[in-house]
Amino acid sequence: MAEIKTVGILGAGKVGIVLAQLALKAGYNVRISGSGSVQKIALTIETLVPGAIASTNQGVVSKSDIILLAIPLSRYKNINSKLLKGKLVIDAMNYWWETDGIREEVLDPSLTSSEQVQQYFSKSTLVKTFNHMGYHNLQEDARPEGADDRKALFVTGNDHEAVDEVADFVNTMGFDTVIHYNLADGIMTEPGSELFGASLSKADLQNVIDHFDETEFGKKIKEAHEEQKQ
Amino acid sequence: MVDVNKLEFGIETFGDIVANEDGSLKTAGESIRQIVKEGELADKLGIDVIGVGEHHRPDYSVSSPEIVLGAIASVTKNIKLATAVTVLSSDDPVRVYERFATLEGLSEGRAQVMLGRGSFTESFPLFGYDLTDYDDLFNEKLEMYDQLRKEKPITWSGKFTESLKNQDVYPKTDYDGLDTYIGIGGSPESIIRTAKYGYKVILAIIGGQADRFVPYLDLYKRAAEQFNMPTHPVAVHSHGFIADDDDEAVEVAWKNIKANFDRIGLTRGWAPMSRDQFDGETRSGSFYVGDPERVAQRMARTIKLLDLGRFDLVYGAGNQTAAQRERMIELYGTKVIPRVKEILSQEG
Repeated sequence: MAEIKTVGILGAGKVGIVLAQLALKAGYNVRISGSGSVQKIALTIETLVPGAIASTNQGVVSKSDIILLAIPLSRYKNINSKLLKGKLVIDAMNYWWETDGIREEVLDPSLTSSEQVQQYFSKSTLVKTFNHMGYHNLQEDARPEGADDRKALFVTGNDHEAVDEVADFVNTMGFDTVIHYNLADGIMTEPGSELFGASLSKADLQNVIDHFDETEFGKKIKEAHEEQKQ
Repeated sequence: MVDVNKLEFGIETFGDIVANEDGSLKTAGESIRQIVKEGELADKLGIDVIGVGEHHRPDYSVSSPEIVLGAIASVTKNIKLATAVTVLSSDDPVRVYERFATLEGLSEGRAQVMLGRGSFTESFPLFGYDLTDYDDLFNEKLEMYDQLRKEKPITWSGKFTESLKNQDVYPKTDYDGLDTYIGIGGSPESIIRTAKYGYKVILAIIGGQADRFVPYLDLYKRAAEQFNMPTHPVAVHSHGFIADDDDEAVEVAWKNIKANFDRIGLTRGWAPMSRDQFDGETRSGSFYVGDPERVAQRMARTIKLLDLGRFDLVYGAGNQTAAQRERMIELYGTKVIPRVKEILSQEG
């Protein structure tokens, strides 16, 4: 994969804006789009993320080396799947009932959200991260590599090379990483899990991930899987 | 520069269920009457505003804040009476106007409307709305409210609201129209929308540092300029707990705020609060917890940082006793507010 110079962010809400701020600070060029017209987000971007370029989805994707999806999950199909063809894509989304409505109306119950996002963007390589830490923690807890109080993000995907590349990218954005090579493991950090909304050190994050099956949420997920098998 | 003489200080409650000294819980009715008593106390202490939230959950006693505010109006003289917030998205703008116009009359002009999209979502299914219409509901109802607020006959055709033809709405108010704030959780779109209507901004800073809102003030000013609307001093709403002893304050707050946060997290999907997280929030984040000196220092910093016109401290989170709640209000009125003013005047 090519070196990452330009970061493209789809979504100009709270998470998208924080990710844009972090990426700018890390020295990347940043392009960002919202759900409406470019003009609608122009003032926000100019004021909150000076230096980032507000653009259309197309304008963001065509010029970026990595794409971050930071929109409500229920709206991912509003983005043309062909637009992201051949791209390395970070899925920072979760199914959250509060913004997405009833799960069955948005997602197939037998697959995790990221697996379905990957199916939809079938010509892209998807890696899930930036989804489980609150946006103000993302903003306030980013630290240079080696800092004592550095926090960690969970990074997972099926493509080893892509996961490693995204982990390096996350490192430049200010966070340690705990890595899995299985996109479906993204469920470990979704709403309802012990990691959703938490901001933990690498050791603490690793510990929760390693013992996921023992958590209440982990037990529920395991039960659901076993029911499906029967 | 902060003008200390114009600064306003408020208290707000979500109507949490009050605890007895033995740890058992009071009823919702007893908890509601406690708020009226606290409103009276706050008025006597010269606190500028009391805000009462709207929730539709077992852990809160108030779903109809204007009724509670009406009761407070009858036993107070000066304190302003606000909702914190009225969930406009799942309400009827005509009823919102009518209720506040009534409160305005009862209180001789002390009613204050605080509109929000609501951080909780229970009210949406309860009143027959679909959460996926979250943005559209608020946009449409805010536009309707804005027309009603002019107190002239309204002609209106809505998707989520009733259609009206040259319809007048009553009662009319005796004063300068309903004072209206919009509660903002951190969405830039909300800031721009508030600027567009020329309403006042109250920032709900309920997690993380106030510092991240600094650029939002710039956004508010620039957006108001674009719409050719006036700007107003900005208000902040954050949680707090004050006790005579600093350690006691921290422990009471930890126990209660954590219980409150975790109970909500169970239905909203977030992880339980860690001590680390709580300590971060009380040290430099959005929880103003401690003895009067510590809380005053932290409030003064935030007021200066964001050039605020008003600070509302949310009290009573979790299940605190009436004594803890009343003592906090007393300390806020007699020690914290004067000390904040003193700090800010000294710093010039």
